[in-house]
Amino acid sequence: MSAASAGGGGRWASTGYGALFYLFLFGPLLIMTGTAFNSSSFPRLSPWECFTTDWFGVLLNDRRLMDGLWTSAGIGLGVVLIAVPMGLAGALALSEIAPRLRAALYTVLITPVLVPGVVLGISTIVFWGQVGRALGMPTTGLFFDGVFLTIAGQVTFVSAYAMLIFSARLQRFDPTLTEAALDLGASPGQAFRKILLPFLRPAIASAAFLTLLASFENYNTTVFTILADATFTTALASKVRYGIDPSLSALAVIIIALTLIGAITHEAVMRRRAAILSGRAARSRLYGHPAGRLAVHPATILALLVALAGLAVWQGSRYDSSACRAGVLEERRALQEKLMQEQRARMRQTAPAPAVPTEPPAPGGNGSGFGGAFGSGLRPGGSSAAPAPTPAAPSPAAPGSPPPAPGSNPAPATPFGGAFQGIRPPGG
Amino acid sequence: MTRDVLLDHVTIRFGSFTAVDNAYLNISGGEFFSFLGPSGCGKTTLLRCISGFVEPTEGRVMIAGQDMARVGPNKRPTALIFQNLALFPLMSVAENIAFPLEVRGVSRKGRRKRADALLDLIALPGVGDKKVYELSGGQRQRVAIARALAVEPDILLLDEPLSALDLKLRQHMRTELRAIQQRVGLTFIYITHDQGEALTMSDRVAVMNRGVIEQVDAPTAIYETPRTAFVAAFVGETNVIPGTVLAQSGVQVRLGTPLGPLVGTAAGGRRYQAGEAVQLFVRPEQLVMDAEGPIAATVEKEEFEGATRHVFARAGLQALRLSRVNAGAAGALGPGAPLRLGYDAARASVLPASDGGGAIDAGLTA
Ligand SMILES: Nc1ncnc2c1ncn2[C@@H]1O[C@H](COP(=O)(O)OP(=O)(O)O)[C@@H](O)[C@H]1O
Ligand SMILES: [Mg+2]
Repeated sequence: MSAASAGGGGRWASTGYGALFYLFLFGPLLIMTGTAFNSSSFPRLSPWECFTTDWFGVLLNDRRLMDGLWTSAGIGLGVVLIAVPMGLAGALALSEIAPRLRAALYTVLITPVLVPGVVLGISTIVFWGQVGRALGMPTTGLFFDGVFLTIAGQVTFVSAYAMLIFSARLQRFDPTLTEAALDLGASPGQAFRKILLPFLRPAIASAAFLTLLASFENYNTTVFTILADATFTTALASKVRYGIDPSLSALAVIIIALTLIGAITHEAVMRRRAAILSGRAARSRLYGHPAGRLAVHPATILALLVALAGLAVWQGSRYDSSACRAGVLEERRALQEKLMQEQRARMRQTAPAPAVPTEPPAPGGNGSGFGGAFGSGLRPGGSSAAPAPTPAAPSPAAPGSPPPAPGSNPAPATPFGGAFQGIRPPGG
Repeated sequence: MTRDVLLDHVTIRFGSFTAVDNAYLNISGGEFFSFLGPSGCGKTTLLRCISGFVEPTEGRVMIAGQDMARVGPNKRPTALIFQNLALFPLMSVAENIAFPLEVRGVSRKGRRKRADALLDLIALPGVGDKKVYELSGGQRQRVAIARALAVEPDILLLDEPLSALDLKLRQHMRTELRAIQQRVGLTFIYITHDQGEALTMSDRVAVMNRGVIEQVDAPTAIYETPRTAFVAAFVGETNVIPGTVLAQSGVQVRLGTPLGPLVGTAAGGRRYQAGEAVQLFVRPEQLVMDAEGPIAATVEKEEFEGATRHVFARAGLQALRLSRVNAGAAGALGPGAPLRLGYDAARASVLPASDGGGAIDAGLTA
């Protein structure tokens, strides 16, 4: 009896622990996802103002970010095309070399991963600059081009990632297969193309994916090598420096959705392969039946997910939150009006005295880095003890008035200008 | 001539370790030739040397009268069946078999036709579209043979191809392999540590020990007239009786042993000095109950194994073993029963005792 209850307690404890663990992992993502759909101009869940999809529009209209996206894509492609073959060559060299030299070669190949990205970035600029000058190249030449330098800088360490992936796969390769191919009359080149390369195909796919990601998300090296240009990541970083708004949450939602679609499709592929390999496929009810087989085919699942995502995008693009937002503004103005009247009443009663102590300091007031975002007039009676009759911060313009074109002015005059910019979604 | 292999004083060293020591051997075309020896004696190394994966440190490998030095494995008229088969896991059975044709640029249709013909040859018609992992061990074995035959080699090299199979299948595949060899008429060079395989299939057997080829002979000669103590002990069961030479006349040697004076035959016509330490090897089936026999012993126990009964006896400190056919007359022998044993002196070998006593141990434990 007591043992059973203890067991029950243990189960509760472990369930609770598990819940906490997942909350820790996914809580931030969930909250961020929520904030992408709140019309509040600072990313938060409460107070909840209006459900809106306008932040996605704000995101897509940010020119600097979108230009950065294309630059990143170009750089990523270049890095994949160079780093994957280089990583493969390194892994092959490691597996072929005499064991005594292997450790030394491994250290040489892996060092760029261990060197801080900042150092790689600076040394890339310095090195190619030297080479360019030695060749008498003008400063508009290739070796002074941000995209070229970024590819060169990223390849140095990204190819080591690719090499690690290929090494892991190569360790499971049975070298007698290559010998068998040679023995059966294949030239070394044929043995490589027809035996080793097909075996490495999954590793090539993962290496390409991983190098693309590594290139895309790299900041430390890229921020130096990109020079005057900007990649998605560096553009994002400079945007955040000017303050954050929920369009970043919208970006997170897009990334999470893409990741989920990819992960679910990948899982479907793996399950299908496992079922076929184990021979379970023919016997299982799901895989044995033609309709079931079609239903769980990765292509079907991918198509379904893409269709769902498309539907969500279409519905979202049609959703209009302007009525609700106007209501919120109206409410806020009424509240402000009421507060001001109370204040006036109080001022008439008491002698003019500093009213500060009665007012709690505004949470996250203007002293904080994101103060602009907090102080954007959303909190009634917030930041000033003696509120001016005008509403704080950006004047709540009538919905539908043209927004100040987000992104068109990447360096606003005030440090917090970015936070005020784009609060009102285009056409909102 | 075209399918001959000559190992011309081949020595293969890895660093200071000698894996194959001065092998001299001529294998003629169309022969089923086996290398027999315990694990680690250098059989695989020698085979890899013939197929071109290992260059001899000294000596030459000649195939069809041509020196094979610096001829790559893909240029030699050999095909090797690997110990683990090395079938290509990502290809279908037909693609595996047609691989040698694919690399030679044979058209897809031509490849398929040849693959189907080879599948018929190995009695596995209709499995061409299966994946390799869908086949049983014996089927994979045969697919590996078919793939090697697709090369149209002059010499087929087989590295313990049956070791992964179960006993029944192994015995079946022995007959099968021999039949395939006779059908295609190729030179088969076969490696095994299983004496049963070597003796049943081969035209000739080379027994190897620690990189040295100790004897090359027909299976019956290997079994009945071993030239070294290692061969005598490694191939088949045997009783080893230590002794010293008393006298020799012709090939007949008289020796003094703990069991009294015995007679044996000097293997290979060797001459012995009186007083030399030797060993007398008598096969269990040669040791028979004989009232006139020279050896007095007592039964310790008897084991029944279907067709034969194994009798374990003792004469003083010497353990003896005899095999009796389980025919009508042979009744059970109780423990402690006295025995008189005799043997045919012409079929009992006398070999020098110094001849690799340790090697015998290695052979028996392998
Ligand atoms: N590439 C190599 N480097 C060093 N030693 C080797 C190499 N290949 C084989 N050997 C050694 O040579 C000996 C014979 O090996 P092997 O020919 O595989 O024996 P078998 O096939 O008779 O079992 C073993 O002791 C093995 O360790
Ligand atoms: Mg071997």
